[in-house]
Parts: sequence; structure tokens; C-alpha cells
Amino acid sequence: MSKEPIITTRNVDVFYGDKQALNGVTLDVPRNKVTSLIGPSGCGKSTFLRSLNRMNDLVDICRVEGEIKVEGKNIYDKDVDVVALRAHIGMVFQKPNPFPKSIFENVVYGPKIHGMIKTKSDAEEIVETSLRRAGLWKEVADRLQEPGTSLSGGQQQRLCIARAIAVKPSIILMDEPASALDPIATAVIEELIDELRQNYTIIIVTHSMQQAARVSQRTAFFHMGDLVESGPTKELFTSPNDERTQNYISGRIG
Amino acid sequence: MVQREISLTGRKRPLETLLKLALNLASVLAIFVTLGIVLSMVFETWQFFQKVSVAEFLFGLEWSPQTAIRADQVGSSGSFGAVPLIAGTLLISTIAMAVAAPIGLISAIYLSEYASARMRAWVKPLLELLAGIPSVVYGFFAALVVAPFIRMTGGQLGLEVASESALAAGLVMGVMIIPLISSLSDDVLNAVPNALREASLGLGATQAETIKKVIVPAAIPGIAGSFLLAASAAIGETMIVVMAAGLAANLTANPLEAVTTVTAQIVALLTGDQEFDSAKTLSAFALGLLLFTTTLILNIIAMRIVNKYREQYD
Amino acid sequence: MTNLFTTATGHLRARHRAEWRFRWLGRLAIVFSLGFLLIMLVSIISLGKGALSRTEIQLSIDLSAASTLEDVDLKKTVRTALFTTFPEVIERSDKRALLKLLSADSSYELARMIEDNPALLGQEPVLWFTASDDIDMYEKGAIDANLPENRRRLKDTTLGWVRALESHDALRSVFNTAFFTSGDSREPELAGIFSALIGSILSLIVCFTLSFPLGIMAALSLEEFSKKSRWSDFIEVNINNLAAVPSIVFGLLGMAIFLNVFGLPRSSPLVGGMVLALMTLPTIIIASRAALRSVPPSIREAALAMGATRVQTTFHHVLPLAMPGMLTGAIVGMARALGETAPLIMIGMVAFIVDVPQGFTDAATSLPVQIFLWADSPERAFLEKTSAAILVLLGLLVVMNIAAIVLRRKFERRY
Repeated sequence: MSKEPIITTRNVDVFYGDKQALNGVTLDVPRNKVTSLIGPSGCGKSTFLRSLNRMNDLVDICRVEGEIKVEGKNIYDKDVDVVALRAHIGMVFQKPNPFPKSIFENVVYGPKIHGMIKTKSDAEEIVETSLRRAGLWKEVADRLQEPGTSLSGGQQQRLCIARAIAVKPSIILMDEPASALDPIATAVIEELIDELRQNYTIIIVTHSMQQAARVSQRTAFFHMGDLVESGPTKELFTSPNDERTQNYISGRIG
Repeated sequence: MVQREISLTGRKRPLETLLKLALNLASVLAIFVTLGIVLSMVFETWQFFQKVSVAEFLFGLEWSPQTAIRADQVGSSGSFGAVPLIAGTLLISTIAMAVAAPIGLISAIYLSEYASARMRAWVKPLLELLAGIPSVVYGFFAALVVAPFIRMTGGQLGLEVASESALAAGLVMGVMIIPLISSLSDDVLNAVPNALREASLGLGATQAETIKKVIVPAAIPGIAGSFLLAASAAIGETMIVVMAAGLAANLTANPLEAVTTVTAQIVALLTGDQEFDSAKTLSAFALGLLLFTTTLILNIIAMRIVNKYREQYD
Repeated sequence: MTNLFTTATGHLRARHRAEWRFRWLGRLAIVFSLGFLLIMLVSIISLGKGALSRTEIQLSIDLSAASTLEDVDLKKTVRTALFTTFPEVIERSDKRALLKLLSADSSYELARMIEDNPALLGQEPVLWFTASDDIDMYEKGAIDANLPENRRRLKDTTLGWVRALESHDALRSVFNTAFFTSGDSREPELAGIFSALIGSILSLIVCFTLSFPLGIMAALSLEEFSKKSRWSDFIEVNINNLAAVPSIVFGLLGMAIFLNVFGLPRSSPLVGGMVLALMTLPTIIIASRAALRSVPPSIREAALAMGATRVQTTFHHVLPLAMPGMLTGAIVGMARALGETAPLIMIGMVAFIVDVPQGFTDAATSLPVQIFLWADSPERAFLEKTSAAILVLLGLLVVMNIAAIVLRRKFERRY
């Protein structure tokens, strides 16, 4: 497996209208590791995450400058198809957002639109493997036809993860995936993230430093639109180079 | 300086009590109006059914309310089978809905999902203008421009088109009710949480796929409600059919022929000289009651659905 | 790996085509509606603009023998003037056709001119008279002279006279003030919208005086003075339903109760206004409730905390703040009432009204009903009158709606 970083960004600026949200972010994201993005709210970490799969395109006034390469290809090039890009990069959101459809329909939605399903058994297979990987199969195997919204919050979020991996992405972006969940459900999700690392590159935005320390191998600290520093999680937390990082992890800002 | 007298026991304020009573009376007026509608029509309808049987009215296939020529002939003539009128109403309303449902819904989708804020700001009021134009104007346009146009086009295709066709009336009525569907559906689509859009787009769905497979299914109840309200408006619309659909009771499913509707007959029966208790006059009230009940049921169902839907996403 | 995210597969291309088609479908739907609106307005404007002018014929009138208006045989004077203009016309039938150049009202026109200017008496003045609708239509290009004679309304002889008048500059086109100042008429060239307009205004006055206060009172009662209960829910369902009841049903109600039970005068703006008030009431209640709800609770709490009663709080603080919103709702409701036709037909406002109604109980018609009546008339000349009346109606509606928008903008406040 390649040792090269799967995502490399160089001098990324993001603007909302006249307001600059990110200033020259340069970051390498290693393959098959969990990278967390931390920082006080409004620091630009979610903005950065959303420019990685071009979800920012949905905001009319948003403009991205600089270079974001995924697998060596600048994703803001003219010939890039966002639909293909997003099939390659899955996303899990802050609040669990299952479709108001059955559990089964939720999982097969992505594979169906991407033409990955030819037969009924294809669908069943994808549903089972995805739900197994998301650690939800045992809980829902006998009620796949029930609406996804009938599950508990933690189960819903795992369903959303299953839905994302059903499309067979290589990267999964997670935007504070446990912030709406209780501690027990959070622990389950964190465990799941650790397992998923073997097959996927995961970038997770979190407001909890403990969570970053528990699940990630690398951490990047954002502050007021700047990427202050990044490095192996342990190093960043024990011996930060920058005073701002020091202040944040000791609880003085944020 | 006058010291304010402070007492914690209540002071009587008869004027305020009276005022509150008046306010409450005003709010009950709505119920009185409904009651007035029902009572006035039930009473006349009951009288009508003394002269003509309920079965004949509801299932009779012939409608020709003759005026009595001599005084001693009151109520003795004419046949009062409402089926051709009901069929005509349904035919025209179906045509109208066939125009308004797809166009209204697709316009709503375009406005809520694709259009820029600037385009919305221009197009939405223009669409609502369609609902603000009085129906007599649509009726005039239907009779003067649309009907001859359809007749001419039909003629070129070798089709026999009546000068007052159900198609002309239905088409124009459809345009009139487009804004009913588009503005309510637009509200309903906007109420679908953004999280669902993001979830679908994040999976690599195109916008059209997201709309067709996630947004619209999630909004179906509200959309259905808007369709029902529009259908109710189509059934109750009067001027367009009076001016463009004709008065000949004609039991047909052919949209190129002239048909008449419940509302058009009510107008025809009650304009001009009339004797108040002749079957002809009374039958208008029976038709009115039929119309009122139908639209009432449609409206209640529609409002229930829409309210339930709103609670779901509140 | 470089084309990993580019549109490589046929499947993906097909999906993008579907996206493109769907977008265009949306644009087409909107273009259809707006196109229909445009075509409707353009055709009505192009039909109606003719009603702004009318054709007049110049005649030399011999009033030399008269010293008072009573001395003048109006009809004969006009006839004689016409016959002297065309001395070659001798046949009785031709003479009758010749008289049809002028509007049927020309003798009254002469009387009015003499009343306005008594100095004409004893003179031989040259005066202008309204031409008949056929001549007017011909002058406006609505009658094609190239058609064979038996297929057009103007015969060859008449055409000859018209051309003779044209060559002597004895035909002119003037602004049609009569359209705005006179009532209905059987003769299209004389028909105007004034009495219908007055009927509409009188009905709206009745409608507003009833529905505005009642609507506000009902809204106050529901929003400020009652707790949510089954009863208030029931009232609410009733109001929402009434807003969607077909207008013709209100006409039936008015006919059965206002006319037959209360015995109020048929065809009168009073009854018309009452029926319109019942129809407008739900709109006003709904708009007024929304206006009341937009007043923040903090204002009520502030007043109540000062020791004001609920009634004082409402009337001193809440109602004034909600008033612009209520007025906006009322204007929108009035605009809808102005365009209503069917219920007014039911209560008999379809009469042929020449005179301007003098009060609320006089027989009257309304602008939309006048449109309906004219739309039914066979004469080609009524077509432009109908269209012009529609334009006047639409113009009034636009003015009312703009007033509502301006009011809303002006008083829109962010608390």
C-alpha cells in the first residue's frame, strides 16, 4: 500500500463572500489513518472538511482557492465531476440524517444511483456487508424494512456510516459525528472508527480533544482560519510547538 | 401628586367584560356563517327532494330543468339527474389538474431547489399574479382566444371540436390553479430539512436524483395536500366554466365536446326570472349543497394532511 | 489514476444528462406559466386599446331658426344635416342606411352641445357626432373591406359614404371619455364602465366596513383572549374552511338569507357588499392573526408587568403594532373581492344598469359582472369594451396590491 498521502492541500483559502474563512491551509492526510481536525468553534475546521468533497459548492457565495489534491488530482480542476468525487469520498454529518425510508433503502440508496447494483442479491449483499462493517447488522438484521428514523440516535448514526461505506469510498469525512449522541453511543462510534481505519482513510472534525486523542493517529489544530500546527496526535497533545495550541489544549481558549 | 391607591383585590371593569364578549361573538361569527350556508341550503334542498327523489337526483342520467310555462305546471316538468353535471365537473377538473399538477409541482421544485435567490424574488410573485387575476378574465380569455385556437388546431388535425369545449375551460382553469399548487408545494419542499439534501449529495447523488428520490418522497404528504386544495378550487370554479364550457348537459368523456358543470348550472338556474319554490330554482340549492359538501371534505382532508406534515418537521 | 473523478463512464454521463433534462423541465414549466400570463395580457391589451378612442363624424347643423333648445327638433335637425351632406342619396332604404352612420344617441348629443354652449342657437355651426359602432370598427381596422360584400357588416354603399367623409376630413378619432364617464348601453359606441365602477366601489365600501372590524375582533379574540381549546380549534377549522369554500356558495347563502329571509333589496351594492364581506372575512382573520402573532410577547409582558389589564395591553400596545399587517391583509382581501363575479350574479347584480347608482340600495352592477355581460354580447365592438374594462379592473387590482406591498415594506419591523 502506498505510503504517499492520500490528500494533499496547498495554500487553501476559502471565502464566504468577502469574509475569509480559511487562510492558506497546507496539510497532508496520510492513507488509512484517522486524522482529526480540532479547534474552537468557528475556526474553519468544518469549512476545511467540506471543501474536501466540495460540499461547499452548495453555498453560492463560497469560493475556494489554492490546491486540494486527492489521489494526486486537484479536485477543483474543471474536468472533475463532483458526483464521481463524492462517490469516492463519503461523508457523515453532525446530526444523524437517515432518509425517511426503510433501513434497507437507506443503505442501497448510494449503490443504486451509482449503478453498482444489478440484481436483488447484489443489493442484499451490499446491505449486509455495509451494516456489518458499521457494526449494526446484529441489531437490525430482522427489521430491515422498518424506517431508518425509528432507530435510536447512535444506531441512526451507524446507519449513516453504513450508508456512506456502501458506496465503497476510500475516504470518509466525519463532521462531529458523535456530538449529538450520549456517551455510550459515542463510545460505540469511536470503536467503529478505529475498526474502519483498516479499510478507509478517515478525517474527523471534533470539538472534543479527548475524542481526538482516543481515535486519531494524527491531529491538526485550527484557529481563526489558520492551520496552526499538525502532527502525530500524541506529539501534538504532549509537546505542542505553538502557544495557541498550548493554550487550547490546556483549556485557556476555546 | 395623587397617590395611587393600591388594592390587590379585583376591580370590576364592566366595559372590558362587554368588550371581550363582543370579541368572542365576532370569532363565533365564522361558525354562524358555516351554519348559515348549511342551513339555507339544507332547507331548500329538503324542499327540492319533496318534488324530486334523491335517487333521481344523484343517479339520474338526464338533466333538463324545464321552466314551467303555465302557473299550474310548477314542478311538473323537467328531469333532474345530476350525473351529467357531476361528470362534466370531473372532466373539466381532471383536465385542469392534468395541467396544474405537473406544472405547479415542477415549478415549485425548480424554484425551491435550483433557482437563485434573485430569480425566486422575481418569478414567485409573477406566478402568484396568476392566482390574483379574477376568474372572469380567464373566462373571457378562454372563450375568446383559447377555445377558437383549440378548435382551429383540432380542425387541422381532422378533429371535431365544439366551440365551447371542456378542453378549453379545463386548460385555462389549470393555469389559474398552478399557483395554488406551486406556492404550497414550494413551502412544503422548503420545509424538508437540509440535512437530507446534504446526506444525498454527500453520497454522490446528482441534484435531480436527490430531488426525485429523497426530497419529493419526503414531501409527498404536503404535496398531496396542495393537490387536494387545488382540486377543490377547480371543482368550485364558476366563471370560467360559465363563459367557456357551455350550458348543455352532455354525458361524455370527450374533452373536445361541450359539457356543463355543477357551478355553471347553479348560475344558469338562478339568473333571470324565477319562482322561488319551483323545482328548477330549488335544484340549484341541491347542487350547491353537493358542491359545498364535496369541497368541504376535500379541504378538511387537505388541511389535516398539511398540518400533520408540518408537525413532522417542526 | 488522474481521471478518477472525471466524467469517465457512460453511466455517469447518462446521469448528468438526466440532471440537465430535469433542470430544463423546471425552466419549461415556469416559462409555460409566465408565457401564458404574457399572452393573455398582451392579447387583452391589444384588444382593449381600441376602446380608448372613438370615431366622430363632422356635420354642419342648421340652428339658424332656433332661439331656445325647445325650438329645435333634435332628431330632424341631425337627419337633415346628414342628408344635406349626401344630397345624392334619395332612396328610402339608402336613407335609412345613411342614418346608421351615426350613433343612435346623436340627437341627445346635439342637445348636450346646445346646453353647454347656447351661443350655437341661431347659428349654422359645424359639429362632431359619435359614429356608430360599425363605422368605428371599420376605422379601427376591425372590418376588412376586401372581403366580399355579403360577408362583412358594412355594405359597399356605406363604405362609399365613409370614404367620402374621409376625403373631406369629416371623420376623426378622439379620446373616448364616454367609456369612463357613462353607464352601460345597448349601443357599444356609447357604453361605459362608470356605473359599474361605482357599483363596485359601493359594494367594497360595505364589504370593508363589515369585514375589517369584524375580522380584527375575531382575530383578537382568538389570539389574545382565548386559550387553545377544542372550541378554539373548531373555530379555526371553520375559518380555514370558509377561506376555501367556492365563492358561488356564498352567493347562494346571500340569495337564500339576505334576499329571501331578510328581504333586502335585490341587485343592490348593500347585499353584494355583505356577501363579499362574508367571503373576505376569513382572509382578514387569518392575516390579522398572523399580524398579532408577529408582535413579540415581550411587549405584552412589559405592559402587563406595568399593571395594565389584558384589554389595555391589547388595545394600547399590541393592536397598534399589528395594524399595518392587518391593513395589508384587508387590502389583499378587498382586491380579491373586487374581482369576484359569481356570487354577485347570484344576488342579481347582473342587471342592465345605465344610471349611476345613487346609494347602497339602488340596483347596481359591478365591474367584473359588467365584463361578464359584455363578453356575452354579440357585437364586435363590445369586444374592445370588454377588454378595456378588464384592463381597468386589472389596473385597480395592481394599484391595490402595490399599496399592500408598500404598506408591508414601510411598516415591516424587526423587533
